[in-house]
Amino acid sequence: MPFRLSDERERELEAILSRYPTRMAALIPALHLIQDQEGWISDEVIGWVSQRLDVPPAHIKGVVTFYSLFNQHPVGKHQVWVCRTLPCALRGAGDVLAQCEKILGVHAGETTPNGNVTLRTAECLASCGTAPMMQINKEYHENLTPEKIDRLLTKLMES
Amino acid sequence: MLQRTSYLTKNYGKPEGWTLPVYEATGGYAQAKRVLTSMTKEQVIDEAKKANVRGRGGAGFPMGMKWSFMRPHATKPSYLVLNADEGEPGTHKDRTIMELNPHSVVEGCLIGCYAIGAHVAYIYVRDELHLSKARLSAAIDEAKKKGYVGATPFGADYAIEIYVHTGAGAYICGEETALLNSLEGKRGEPRLKPPFPAQVGAFGCPTTVNNLETIAIVPTVLELGGEAFSKLSALHSFNDGGVRLYGINGHVKNPGVVELACGPTLNELIHEFGGGVLGDRKVMCVIPGGSSTPVLLPHETIDAPDASSPMHAYHGKSVFDVPLGVDTARAMGTMLGTCCVTVLAEGTCPVLAMHNLMQFYRHESCGQCTPCREGGAWLLRTVEKILDGHGTIADVDNLSDIASNMMGNTICAFGEGTAMPALGFIRKFRPVFEAYVRGERTRADARLTVA
Repeated sequence: MPFRLSDERERELEAILSRYPTRMAALIPALHLIQDQEGWISDEVIGWVSQRLDVPPAHIKGVVTFYSLFNQHPVGKHQVWVCRTLPCALRGAGDVLAQCEKILGVHAGETTPNGNVTLRTAECLASCGTAPMMQINKEYHENLTPEKIDRLLTKLMES
Repeated sequence: MLQRTSYLTKNYGKPEGWTLPVYEATGGYAQAKRVLTSMTKEQVIDEAKKANVRGRGGAGFPMGMKWSFMRPHATKPSYLVLNADEGEPGTHKDRTIMELNPHSVVEGCLIGCYAIGAHVAYIYVRDELHLSKARLSAAIDEAKKKGYVGATPFGADYAIEIYVHTGAGAYICGEETALLNSLEGKRGEPRLKPPFPAQVGAFGCPTTVNNLETIAIVPTVLELGGEAFSKLSALHSFNDGGVRLYGINGHVKNPGVVELACGPTLNELIHEFGGGVLGDRKVMCVIPGGSSTPVLLPHETIDAPDASSPMHAYHGKSVFDVPLGVDTARAMGTMLGTCCVTVLAEGTCPVLAMHNLMQFYRHESCGQCTPCREGGAWLLRTVEKILDGHGTIADVDNLSDIASNMMGNTICAFGEGTAMPALGFIRKFRPVFEAYVRGERTRADARLTVA
């Protein structure tokens, strides 16, 4: 099925476009909007955005590949990001990641075979005062303990 | 003794503390109203200058002076852009403002826009901070409904719109010109300066980029008056005024964020606010203000024998007992940065800590400049080789050489941001690096956590 933005998101895109003096400035918010719907940014999407915002596809490809939050391939239904940077590492991020890998049965950077969860490491997510932490989809989970991680991931595997 | 204050944090922890009714009940929007209906922009900038607000993002540039660089352009509009890309490892302060006191940001934007002659403010928030974005957007909507943001704020004939803009996961977008490129829908690659943003900023127009906390404190500056605000600080005489948020993280018992009069010492932060070091260990070192600031060790002292030196009053004192400010930190050979302190306890491996940070910088270099792109990769590879027990003394020297050759040779300060902490670790912990070379230490025993 060819790519189509939902009516609600189409309205949101119009609102985004009204905030900037150029159409290109809407590019990153627009890509987020589309990724929320599609899960990743395909070449087809790039073509669509290029038409919609009047920005060359090569420019969009450059942007998609620059920012770490844009998925260039399909990913799992849920996203788990474990912060690995020093302040979290000082408070046990290494153990958090090892526990996640064990529970999910995949290494960082991989998706569970049922396509449910993609596990990745993240660079500092500004939660150093509540370390260690991980982000699941759009939510932060802070001051992690082994019990808390167990509970969160079990729930996620089932959903 | 820590001098706790509660200007930015007074509504932290209150039920619905982030909403407009709570903000207004504690005097919120009174200053924006006063500024927009009764003051000239020159008067506002004058107060900002007297307040000695040093930029809260890391560089510590005086806010009032930055505002005064803005000149109206014959044909182009001006913009205020807020940097809320909070991504410097060890930094976790701006998030609390966005989540718990977003209206201070909105009110600060109204005053800031008016002072620099802008009618639009963009708040650039890193995408991961979904709660921050939601709270900011809700605060802007509330203020719009009241007519505080829009065509005639408080009845004044000065239209102001405020928008939340989001990044997409790139540390480099915390660099102001990379942020501007990102705002324009481009790759976040820093621009050459000059021209500076005040001349050619967002969309080619005059722009002021301020850290989010810098703007959030502006209503307080106007409430107290610039001079009274500045004098709250222990470092008023260093032109480092007022109050700000301090963070503490890493190996302390009570990590978190606290608002203090400028100028607490590291020992006060670690022991009085942080509750001391985990396991009551000794401090091995601290990273004073985000991972780009060189480490400080407890045995380091201030060397300022010259009576005319502004640091002379602290001559011979431990760097852990000197008020922490923009200029005093510089005199300690490091930087105040974002004012969020990372504590590493004794027993932590400094080589492994440096390795962790070099992974970060390798990952986040935008790749534009060769010294940073290649240098960061070589620093990581070399420290990895040393950790794995394959390093030589020449490799340790090489780390210094690579880092030194990055300094000053890149478009933006990311090169220094990588090289300075690397040099700090190598210079201050050289015997540990050499112990790896001699096989006296191995990666298997290296720890970042303490029991």
